[in-house]
Amino acid sequence: MYDQFKVKAEAVSADVLRFQTKGEALDFIFRFMREEGLSTYAGESAVWADGNFIEDIDKNVLEAEGIFFGVTAQRAAGARFGICCMDWAIADTGTLAHDSTSFEKRLVSTLPEIHIAILSAKAILPDLQSFIERVSPEKFPFISLITGPSRTADIERVLTIGVHGPRRLVTVFVDELEVNTDEK
Amino acid sequence: MKNEFIESIDRAVNNSNLTGALGKFSEAYRVNRAKAYEGVDFDELREKIASIKSAAALELDALAELFRENAEARGAKVFRTDEPVEVKEYILRIARENGVKTIVKSKSMATEEIHLNPFLEKAGIVVKETDLGEWIIQLAGQTPSHMVMPAIHMTREEVSDIFSKEVNERLSSDIPKLVKVAREQLRPFFLNADMGISGANIAVAETGTLVLMTNEGNARLVTTLPRIHVAVVGIEKLVRHFKDIVPIIKALPRSATAQLLTSYVSIITGKTPVTNGNEKELHIILMDNHRSDMAADPVFRQAMQCIRCASCLNVCPVFRLVGGHVFGKVYTGGIGTILTAWFDELGKSSDIQGLCIQCGACKDVCPAKIGIPELIMEIRRRLVTKQGLPLVQKALYSVVNNRRLFHSMLRAASIAGGAFASGGFIRHLPFFLSELTDGRSLPAIAKEPFRDRFTRIRQPVCREKAVFYAGCLIDFAYPEMGEAVVKILNSAGIEVIFPEGQTCCGAPAKYAGAYEVAAANAVDNIKALLLPDVSYVVSACPTCTVALQRDFLKTLEAAGKNKWITKAEELAAKSFDFSSLAKKLAESGRLSFSATDTEACVTYHDSCHLKRSLCIHEEPRTLLNLAGYTIQEMSECDTCCGMGGAYSMKLPEISLPMLKRKLANIDNTKAGTAAMDCPGCVLQIRGGFDRERKNITVKHSVELLAERLKE
Ligand code: SF4
Ligand code: SF4
Repeated sequence: MYDQFKVKAEAVSADVLRFQTKGEALDFIFRFMREEGLSTYAGESAVWADGNFIEDIDKNVLEAEGIFFGVTAQRAAGARFGICCMDWAIADTGTLAHDSTSFEKRLVSTLPEIHIAILSAKAILPDLQSFIERVSPEKFPFISLITGPSRTADIERVLTIGVHGPRRLVTVFVDELEVNTDEK
Repeated sequence: MKNEFIESIDRAVNNSNLTGALGKFSEAYRVNRAKAYEGVDFDELREKIASIKSAAALELDALAELFRENAEARGAKVFRTDEPVEVKEYILRIARENGVKTIVKSKSMATEEIHLNPFLEKAGIVVKETDLGEWIIQLAGQTPSHMVMPAIHMTREEVSDIFSKEVNERLSSDIPKLVKVAREQLRPFFLNADMGISGANIAVAETGTLVLMTNEGNARLVTTLPRIHVAVVGIEKLVRHFKDIVPIIKALPRSATAQLLTSYVSIITGKTPVTNGNEKELHIILMDNHRSDMAADPVFRQAMQCIRCASCLNVCPVFRLVGGHVFGKVYTGGIGTILTAWFDELGKSSDIQGLCIQCGACKDVCPAKIGIPELIMEIRRRLVTKQGLPLVQKALYSVVNNRRLFHSMLRAASIAGGAFASGGFIRHLPFFLSELTDGRSLPAIAKEPFRDRFTRIRQPVCREKAVFYAGCLIDFAYPEMGEAVVKILNSAGIEVIFPEGQTCCGAPAKYAGAYEVAAANAVDNIKALLLPDVSYVVSACPTCTVALQRDFLKTLEAAGKNKWITKAEELAAKSFDFSSLAKKLAESGRLSFSATDTEACVTYHDSCHLKRSLCIHEEPRTLLNLAGYTIQEMSECDTCCGMGGAYSMKLPEISLPMLKRKLANIDNTKAGTAAMDCPGCVLQIRGGFDRERKNITVKHSVELLAERLKE
């Protein structure tokens, strides 16, 4: 299912990567952000909505580099990178999904220019049907499905990436990560 | 039709930006849509949607109450109202109570429907549309021309002009740059707005859930950033079960923009926290505005199934010529006509309903399985019942039924040509004398109608009998087609009977909404055609076949002539379109062709009524192949040629460009001969080539087949 996900997600201009361990994934994420100009300046910083993914690293060190964990709307709007975990993926449409009841997750996945989404490689479901069967709206008041970066074709039907949401969506699968949410 | 309306059509058709953009889009859409549905059983999917939404339409009240209970249990406030004005006042009250100065909106047709923005702006509130297309038309002071792509009628240059004015700086017309301007301009409004207003694509009663689908990410911001969220939801969005959202989410983006899924789907159930640590205030307005009335109407209830994908616009040959500002008001195109008639008022649809040529292309792709053309016909019928038919038309329908008089009048008119034709009288005759302006030559009305030529045909002794129903065109303009039918059926051992009493099939009357007249036609024809010892009633005109098989029943029912219904059913059961009967005869070995000249190449035009009303498209191709013709398929083979019966006379402005496109598609195949199974299409297309002085043969399949019968 990973392969199918990758094909479908790439078809809608998402980047898809896969790593065995958390450590490798983190290495990639830091390297990627540095290459893309991470800094503490406005417009070049990062906001991270799931602090617990990186429990072993000193967050003060990361903040000095421009990665912030206290997410506010202003900070997310001024960031280049937004990072959060996703709970599920849907293979046949290349879609990511998460319980985004906490508004921080919605902010980091929508306001910055680049959204980095992390999730367990075991969390891929075949299709929308199996996803909807698995989640209950009573338990998750705000469920988000994300398929590729933000896009529009409102001017002359020309596809343009990055309108109000991110222009890039980088999906990072981690094999050793456990499935995050106990469902229903 | 009013003059200003005709003028608006003229302007649209001559706006090359508009027709170019819509034309290109509609071509690409067909291909992309097919790709998006690859591997999906479309019929099964739309069956599901139709059954979910039709069930919901029957229990709207219960669903609305259930929705209220569940949404309120999760902290939302639900306000249900019939009246648009109450929607507006409710929103203004909340805004006032909370000191709201700025509102950001994501796309919502329901708020367009009630003209919410001007109302709030008048009250001193800043309202920003944030969907790019909606923002463009808001800045331009226009209304959306398409339900999904509101600014499809504008060019990048126009958008750049509008944006330049907004930011006080000369911008280039580079699209990514323009999109960036929108991002930068609207960002501060998102961050500072006190209220977000959205629509919803689905509302789930059993959980109180709203589903919002967008591509730009604006609905996510509208529902996340401001401390108050107001969702304005038409009650047709209600479904009972949470699982019901699956088929709708699957179909909507595929049909709307040929995407597998929109970039964002937000599934919101009750209140959620907002950024300042408090809980968000969530108001959900369930708006009726005549939707319950529509659901209570047994005919129009199915329009409640609509999921607003706009694919009916994308495939509509008329929409692609005139666009949404002519074809509709807030809701546009075919479905827009229907919604306007209900949400606004019946009278408001009286001009736009006439734009529909009844080609059925929309019905084919509708993911909610709505019979859009039939519903438009019903609007027409109700308009006529209410307003009556113009007197001239009434008088003409009686002429039509006096066959010999009708023929001699037609003949006279066709000889007199333009001079005679310019009088208003002739312009109202159905079918033939319709297009008397440029672009297409009139058919020569035969000196002797088929009914008279028939008496001289000598037929062999046969064991089976069939009644031939000629219809107006074959009888009066193309008797040779009738002769070809007789020749072919004879060779299959079938004797042809031509009952003198047969008359017009009633389609012109029905399509004009005059059901009384059409029902009278039906009775006359039933009397004439239902003969003992006859196995088949055959027609070589798809419109006539549809009348024989279905419309007689419908018009009789509508006119309350119930005692004829059983007879109409009996007739329907025996009625065949020529090609499906001929194919059967060929398969059982009764009909064979001598396919000598295998080089012969034809291209085939699918007539609307044959392909979409009767679902026949393989049969004529198979027959032509059997007779040794190779088929060189043209682009858009099943797109309407613009004939549409009386349509081409009422709206030549639209009919002609449709014809031109068809001629070009035929010409491009280099086949030299175009075959089709409808005398109306022959009239339109042959006349078109004749005017262009192009040497392309246009024939009814029966003529091509009759040439190659095995002796
Ligand atoms: S039937 Fe044809 S002309 Fe009428 S709305 Fe549908 S697609 Fe358009
Ligand atoms: S009528 Fe059908 S095709 Fe048209 S918008 Fe509604 S669902 Fe879509």
